[in-house]
Amino acid sequence: MDLQTITYLVVGASFALYIGIAIWARAGSTSEFYAAGGSVHPITNGMATAADWMSAASFISMAGLIANMGYGGGLFLMGWTGGYVLLAMLLAPYLRKFGKFTVPQFIGDRFYSKTASTVAVVCLLTASLTYIIGQMTGVGVAFSRFLGVSSETGIYIGMAIVFMYAVFGGMKGITYTQVAQYIVLIAAYLVPAIFISLQLTGNPLPQLGLGSAISGTDTSLLSKLDLVVKDLGFDQYTTSMPGSMLNMFMYTLSLMIGTAGLPHVIMRFFTVPTVKDARSSAGWALVFIALLYTTAPAVAAMAKLNLHATVNQAVGLETTASGNLVVNPEKVKANADLYATESSLQYEQRPDWMKRWEKTGLLKFEDKNGDGRIQYYNDKSKSADAKAKAEAAGWKGNELTVNADIMVMANPEIALLPNWVIALVAAGGLAAALSTAAGLLMAISSAVSHDLVKGVFNPNISDKNELLAGKVSMAVAIVIAGYLGLNPPGFAAGTVALAFGIAASSLFPAIMMGIFSKKMNKEGAIAGMLAGLFITLFYVFAHKGIFFVKGTDFADLIGGPNSFFGITPEAFGAVGAMVNFIVAIVVDKVTKEPPEHIQHMVEAVRIPRGSKLVDGAH
Amino acid sequence: MENNSASGYWKATLGLLTKILIIWFVVSFGAGILFAPALNSISLGGYPLGFWFAHQGSIYIFIALIFYYAKKMGDIDRQFDVHEE
Repeated sequence: MDLQTITYLVVGASFALYIGIAIWARAGSTSEFYAAGGSVHPITNGMATAADWMSAASFISMAGLIANMGYGGGLFLMGWTGGYVLLAMLLAPYLRKFGKFTVPQFIGDRFYSKTASTVAVVCLLTASLTYIIGQMTGVGVAFSRFLGVSSETGIYIGMAIVFMYAVFGGMKGITYTQVAQYIVLIAAYLVPAIFISLQLTGNPLPQLGLGSAISGTDTSLLSKLDLVVKDLGFDQYTTSMPGSMLNMFMYTLSLMIGTAGLPHVIMRFFTVPTVKDARSSAGWALVFIALLYTTAPAVAAMAKLNLHATVNQAVGLETTASGNLVVNPEKVKANADLYATESSLQYEQRPDWMKRWEKTGLLKFEDKNGDGRIQYYNDKSKSADAKAKAEAAGWKGNELTVNADIMVMANPEIALLPNWVIALVAAGGLAAALSTAAGLLMAISSAVSHDLVKGVFNPNISDKNELLAGKVSMAVAIVIAGYLGLNPPGFAAGTVALAFGIAASSLFPAIMMGIFSKKMNKEGAIAGMLAGLFITLFYVFAHKGIFFVKGTDFADLIGGPNSFFGITPEAFGAVGAMVNFIVAIVVDKVTKEPPEHIQHMVEAVRIPRGSKLVDGAH
Repeated sequence: MENNSASGYWKATLGLLTKILIIWFVVSFGAGILFAPALNSISLGGYPLGFWFAHQGSIYIFIALIFYYAKKMGDIDRQFDVHEE
């Protein structure tokens, strides 16, 4: 059977499974729609949270980014996992005890103010919508690549499917659907990684393989990779870092705080039966997330080594007659001259997977020196040694451009794995993008219907109409996200960074102070949220344009790009969060204390006992 | 619940949180970033140690921290008799 047919079958089967589960678990009451009746087991909840959390960015892009950034890519690994420690200890158990369904509801009640809850809704909508746009684009790309349709058609198909199970299933549908999606996506990630780790190091665990010696030698994989990339003029893999150490620090911190403050993740912890479960749920979520996150650096380094070895024979891997990559221990140990003429791969002899990816435009070859061979190196290197060698060898510039997204997608092809594995990766990428989009839609719909319509405009709304308002807002959000996915205002990474920046700078500090400071009042919380949100948006828009519209950036007005201590806009959320804390504390000092009953409420939220009494109340 | 034991419970909770947050900071921001260049001279199998903390180690320790926290909080809950019925 050919690859295209198998892909249709595997992707189709996985979708039938998700939709089947959504229909089977169709929700009845509003409480079930949002929080699955508070009856989800911590391990189940952990798996669903993991699927919710790991988007197309984690599945498709992250390993490629790490391959490019090397050591510095660790900021994604630490940032997107370390936030769970904060979430588990600072927020989840207390929000579960509080016993309501949404983040704005907590902020509105704790700060005894509809203004506070409305500000929280604005923060939530901005963060979730910007995040979901990136997912829709990802859905479109994944569909178009694997089903052979245009990326516009891909987005339409994705919109329809997300809408169907988010609207008809509700949270419960999504919880079990997401468990299924987690299993599909983790299998799709691990299977090729295990094969490749075995090929290169003989160790089936990629996490150990990355720290092992290359098969048949005592040269460690990482030291060989360092040697190869340095010789070709790239930064040393195990130490290279984008920007300054301060920037890496702040970037990591922003992602961590943002993780803990993202409403669609926090919402998960309302759905566990007890406070005790809320604590361990975050741990289980992180276990399932870590399976992918500790594999990703191995995928990154091994794919990078494979790529170099494919185009440069001197690295020491050989392509067998069947097109498979195998280690040649003698050649690995010999460290032959990478710049020798015969080391560079002849273009005519390139493997089939390169031909396939050339068609997508994500892999390009340009024979700059006209020798019919592929020279892949860093022609903008700062290393005088690498420059001199390239010139002596008659190299006229880098001839191969590789889109970072290929790293994960082409992995099974490079390793010549069976077609069903390649099809599985397609299904995994789609599962990652769709599950995150659906979780975000739940957060958006509950914020609009529960916190805005019921909480502010019409407190007497019936259950049925509230549910309807939720579904309508989901549909509107899908249309907006789909529209922006079809007409991307020129951003991809910037969108995700903004979502984390907003969550970090606005919601996280407000929730945390609401629990840990009995005396924090509404004036302080509102001023803090607005200040954090504003300063973060200001810095991001200065670099990326106002609401990401091209040409409206104004970085020059604030002293050029990254003018604030060299911090990039992606890393600015941590600064915004600090501003939030400081403004809130100062304003709180000069305004009056919160009323007595609020202080009692905070005391009650802090202890687990009585958690069942508030269960399902709203 | 007595007011005394309420403040005692909260104090015990904050003590645990502080302890865990220090470890959280030391493994990620400390070993993974600030001291990574120094730690890289030590190797763990084929891994330079600072690189390992940034790409692997801190994640494992995060998981351990959350389960340790959940267990210890359970103990504190029972000690102050505020655990769930």
